Amino acid sequence: MTLAADTAPKLQAYAHPERLVTTDWLAEHLGDDGLVVIESNEDVLLYRTGHIPGAHHVDWHLDLNDDVMRDYVSPEAFAAMCSARGITPDSTVVVYGDNFNWWAAYALWVFSLFGHADVRLLDGGRAKWVAEGRDMTTDATAATPSTYPVVPRDDATIRAFKEDVLKHIGNGPLVDVRSPGEFSGELLHMPDYPQEGVQRGGHVPTAQNVPWKRAANDDGSFKSVDDLRGIYEGELGMKAGDDVITYCRIGERSSHTWFVLTHLLGFEHVRNYDGSWVEWGNAVRVPIEKPA
Amino acid sequence: MSELPPRLAEIVGEFQEVDRTERLDLLLEYANDLPDLPARFEGQELERVHECQTPLFVQTEVEDGDIVRLYFAAPDEAPTSKGFAGIIHAGLDGCTIDEVLGTPSDFASGLGLIEVVSPLRMRSVGAILARVKRQLMERAAA
Repeated sequence: MTLAADTAPKLQAYAHPERLVTTDWLAEHLGDDGLVVIESNEDVLLYRTGHIPGAHHVDWHLDLNDDVMRDYVSPEAFAAMCSARGITPDSTVVVYGDNFNWWAAYALWVFSLFGHADVRLLDGGRAKWVAEGRDMTTDATAATPSTYPVVPRDDATIRAFKEDVLKHIGNGPLVDVRSPGEFSGELLHMPDYPQEGVQRGGHVPTAQNVPWKRAANDDGSFKSVDDLRGIYEGELGMKAGDDVITYCRIGERSSHTWFVLTHLLGFEHVRNYDGSWVEWGNAVRVPIEKPA
Repeated sequence: MSELPPRLAEIVGEFQEVDRTERLDLLLEYANDLPDLPARFEGQELERVHECQTPLFVQTEVEDGDIVRLYFAAPDEAPTSKGFAGIIHAGLDGCTIDEVLGTPSDFASGLGLIEVVSPLRMRSVGAILARVKRQLMERAAA
């Protein structure tokens, strides 16, 4: 059984308020039947240093990516991962994480590839919860393994591949959510991040640059719906019915923007290109735009 | 290939003896054991290891002409980078300059962490060591 949506006033202005919960709501509902809380971070060790009581860890690298092929886990592995954490198809899953919920949004997007019905983000993520002085623990979270069905992964609706992006050039909005330096090709990686072995810099022709951070407040929560409309509809001129593709470097920052467009603004056809620049900038003979 | 200093060799051995999950626990122990930056460095500009995904700063000193002292600053919200610094601190602090300079840059491949931490993040270990060595060489040349 899923839990009733958070009725906090801020959330009601978004297109799908049931996809977000506030820290107040989560604090009140911790331990409720049917709720499973997931922490998903950039730093693989961070969960072990302290997490929300009862939260389970899902690591993007170990739990969501296949360990041989560059792809997401198989339906069998996803079902096993959910089962080990006591998740059933009816569970309300709330995801939060470090670094402005990048990996939390990524995990939510992967849950959505497998059609999990009720998966929500904690507005503000780990940082906001900690800043508010709420409970954290290093106690291990126990789970009674559940039965989770093997559900086929839908790679067509919200996921884009390189070939889709090629066909998209000139036919629909492409949103590059990387930093301006990465977009221009001056940098091959995020500022202050390691070089990720990309051969070429620049961006996919016709892409517009809106760094992911523009959608977030400094405390990690999402900006108001009016601010978001001003950016994506006002500045970029996109509309809810548009066929949109987002990308970044490996698909985590663009999951954040995918969430904003899909669930906060109600865009119906947004796909995340998870291959992103690490694939595009290494691929042979794909077009690249770069200022002279 | 040059040999690892004894303490660093022991650490690599510890990691090799345990399974994947325990390796992460061990890495967290090294993060927790990393000494705080001494107060005398406060306000000083330390060298940043830009290859790390989160802020990590490193400073070397030499005592008695030959003994290497290592100092690190890293935020608690970045336990992985802190753990890498902790391994290097535990393995190389107190070694001679030659021992540190002779430590193979790829020693971290023996830790068995690539499959759990992702290859990209592992590169920062080599980057920390490279900066330690460079500081020592610059000191020798000065």
